[in-house]
Amino acid sequence: MTDATLGGPSRAPSREEQAAMAEKSEGGVMLAADGTPLKLSLARSLRRKRLRAFLLVLPLLAFVLLTFIAPIADMLFRSVENQIIPDNMPRTVAALEEWDPAESELPPDAAFEALVLDMVEMEAAKSHTRVGSRLNYEQSGMSGLFRKTGRRADRVEGDYRAGLIAIDEEWGERQTWTTLKNFSGAYTLGYFLSAVDMTYGETGEIVAKPELQQIYMFLFERTLWLSLAITGTTLLLGYPIAYLLANLPMRTSNLLLILVLLPFWTSLLVRTSSWIVILQQQGVLNDTLVALGLIDDQNRLSLIFNQTGTIVAMTHILLPFMILPLYSVMKTIPPSYVRAAKSLGATNWTAFWRVYFPQSIPGIGAGAILVFILSIGYYITPELVGGTSGVFISNRIAYHISSSLNWGLAAALAVILLIAVMGLYWLYDRIVGIDNVKLG
Amino acid sequence: MGDGAGEKPFVVFDRVQKSYDGETLVVKDLNLGIGKGEFLTMLGPSGSGKTTCLMMLAGFETATHGEIRLGEKPINNIPPHRRGIGMVFQNYALFPHMTVAENLAFPLQVRKTPKAEIEAKVRRALDMVQMGAFGGRRPAQLSGGQQQRVAVARALVFDPELVLMDEPLGALDKQLREQMQYEIKHIHDSLGVTVVYVTHDQAEALTMSDRVAVFNDGVIQQLSPPQVLYERPMTSFVAQFIGENNKLAGRVKAIEDGEALVEIDGGGFSRALAVNCGDAGSRTQLSIRPERVTVGESNLPNRAEARVQELIYLGDHIRCRMSVLGYEDFVVKVPNTPGHAHLAAGETTTVAWHTEDCRALDAA
Repeated sequence: MTDATLGGPSRAPSREEQAAMAEKSEGGVMLAADGTPLKLSLARSLRRKRLRAFLLVLPLLAFVLLTFIAPIADMLFRSVENQIIPDNMPRTVAALEEWDPAESELPPDAAFEALVLDMVEMEAAKSHTRVGSRLNYEQSGMSGLFRKTGRRADRVEGDYRAGLIAIDEEWGERQTWTTLKNFSGAYTLGYFLSAVDMTYGETGEIVAKPELQQIYMFLFERTLWLSLAITGTTLLLGYPIAYLLANLPMRTSNLLLILVLLPFWTSLLVRTSSWIVILQQQGVLNDTLVALGLIDDQNRLSLIFNQTGTIVAMTHILLPFMILPLYSVMKTIPPSYVRAAKSLGATNWTAFWRVYFPQSIPGIGAGAILVFILSIGYYITPELVGGTSGVFISNRIAYHISSSLNWGLAAALAVILLIAVMGLYWLYDRIVGIDNVKLG
Repeated sequence: MGDGAGEKPFVVFDRVQKSYDGETLVVKDLNLGIGKGEFLTMLGPSGSGKTTCLMMLAGFETATHGEIRLGEKPINNIPPHRRGIGMVFQNYALFPHMTVAENLAFPLQVRKTPKAEIEAKVRRALDMVQMGAFGGRRPAQLSGGQQQRVAVARALVFDPELVLMDEPLGALDKQLREQMQYEIKHIHDSLGVTVVYVTHDQAEALTMSDRVAVFNDGVIQQLSPPQVLYERPMTSFVAQFIGENNKLAGRVKAIEDGEALVEIDGGGFSRALAVNCGDAGSRTQLSIRPERVTVGESNLPNRAEARVQELIYLGDHIRCRMSVLGYEDFVVKVPNTPGHAHLAAGETTTVAWHTEDCRALDAA
């Protein structure tokens, strides 16, 4: 009856066979069937797979590198780049090397001679005006000084020092020469100092700018605080909506979700402009309030072209970015948790606050990060509705890029903004944990 | 254990109806009394209304009509958190952001129990389910069986008089499920708490319960202790749903002394207990348990010729599918004992049964 001795197909492998399948060499390294180390043959078999994966992402990688990362890196590099001075004024740069503004009022005669020679050469190449405007960012008046000196430099002979001071008394001021020395290197911290409202003093030390010229730190602070306010208002408005969406039957919630997404299908400019129509002094809201007799015609509320306008318009625009992550996280919280809490004796509020809310925190985290980072770099909306008191640092960056053409300062501001965002991101990771952020 | 009939019942469903859409009734006219300390199981296929009944008792669904009373008090308008009923959910519903101990402390904290007392009670409840060493773990770090134990402990930690369990063992594998059945049963015995248990697993219902309410189509088909349910089913649905069952459709010829003579549709006659059939002339369905059928020559009153269709060897018994009186699915369990009948597929033999093992039920 028994067929055990026949050795059917289900027979267990014998001890010798098991030993042969994966043999341990004397060094304790696992060997594959052909005698090569197991690790090596595993790596070999995975190599093709890796290569394939790499080739699949290669086109996108190249595109991103070429059109995104490289230009940004180039742009950010401008925040420290200062090649124009050593390129155009090599003699002056060399002559000023030995001079210490803290020790003597003016540089040695050699520096004056070098400047005149450089100036003549620059005038011939028509580059003295460009160098002048570059230095004008650091000290106003430099542009005019260079233009004036360039015109007359070839007539200076003999006593270079007296000749230069005769052209303009500015050459007799220590500050002029300090500025030249401070910006004689190929790389400079000057743009970053300007970006945090600092500058070089008369003897080359770093000092705060005069009170009236300090604008960037104030703008950074305002950007930060307005972004926080916008994040707060979107959370306040978005949380109940997301909760409702997550707890409605599928059909209804899908319909409502389309309403949430509807703004995405309208141009950003249209949405922002419509807020102007609604909120301006002669706008819909003010007219209605006056008609209702709630406010006096003389005292119409100023709701736009200030911080209020920026907060209102940006809250509206960024609201979907808060609702969607919240919704997708809330959707995954089973209703049985709240039921369990209630059956254990918790009131509606306790069940929400101690059981539901903690589980929705990853959604809050994701939404808050998204909205905060989007708003900290927002440009169009504050530009249109922010007036003067509601603009962000990004508007200032745009100004330096397109109007004042001080790209170095724009780049320095952008770098600081980038570092600030990454710093906040790091802080968030430390406090909340980035793996706590869920988008669905 | 109360049987719900003698003393005053602790939980009462009084003519309760429930409809979700205003057109169909999910629960039709439910009347049920549950005694204090009883372990009552609501058993039925999905959609039979058993979970709805449990949710109405817990307060998560409102009864469309009728009254639910807990300890004489109507609770229809009392919100769930003031009912003081412990509940174990199907997927455990342990709060993932709290440790096991915090989960257990939750119902005590919302009741403003003093801290020292909370600690003592949590420890006692964890020890009761042999989870004393796991207080600091998160639910996600526990296995399914351990989570189940914690869920039971949490439902009991605030000393409720009534605990509801909604298919609590559904997610566990078979072996663990059987072990947990005994554990829950032991906890019930030692605490004397009233338990209402919902399941669709009839073996679970028979193992654990004092009484089982079999639901079908929004109606309680039968409310009996397990052995009565199995041995004396009152309707053909119960006979079919609990355990294995051979059903033979036929027509009542005559009834005398509680015994019915039934003419079976496939030919032949059988005597049966007239449990739930009409008068002479009405349709009926006979119910015979497979293990009550004798194979081979015997002097039993009801006999029929049988042809063996299929044999399945199951160790302790042999399952034999036969064709009897025109029914192809007549199953007989032949015990694997010394001297049992040796059958072969295709063989023709005789099957027989006692009149009291054959029940004439409704013709559903």
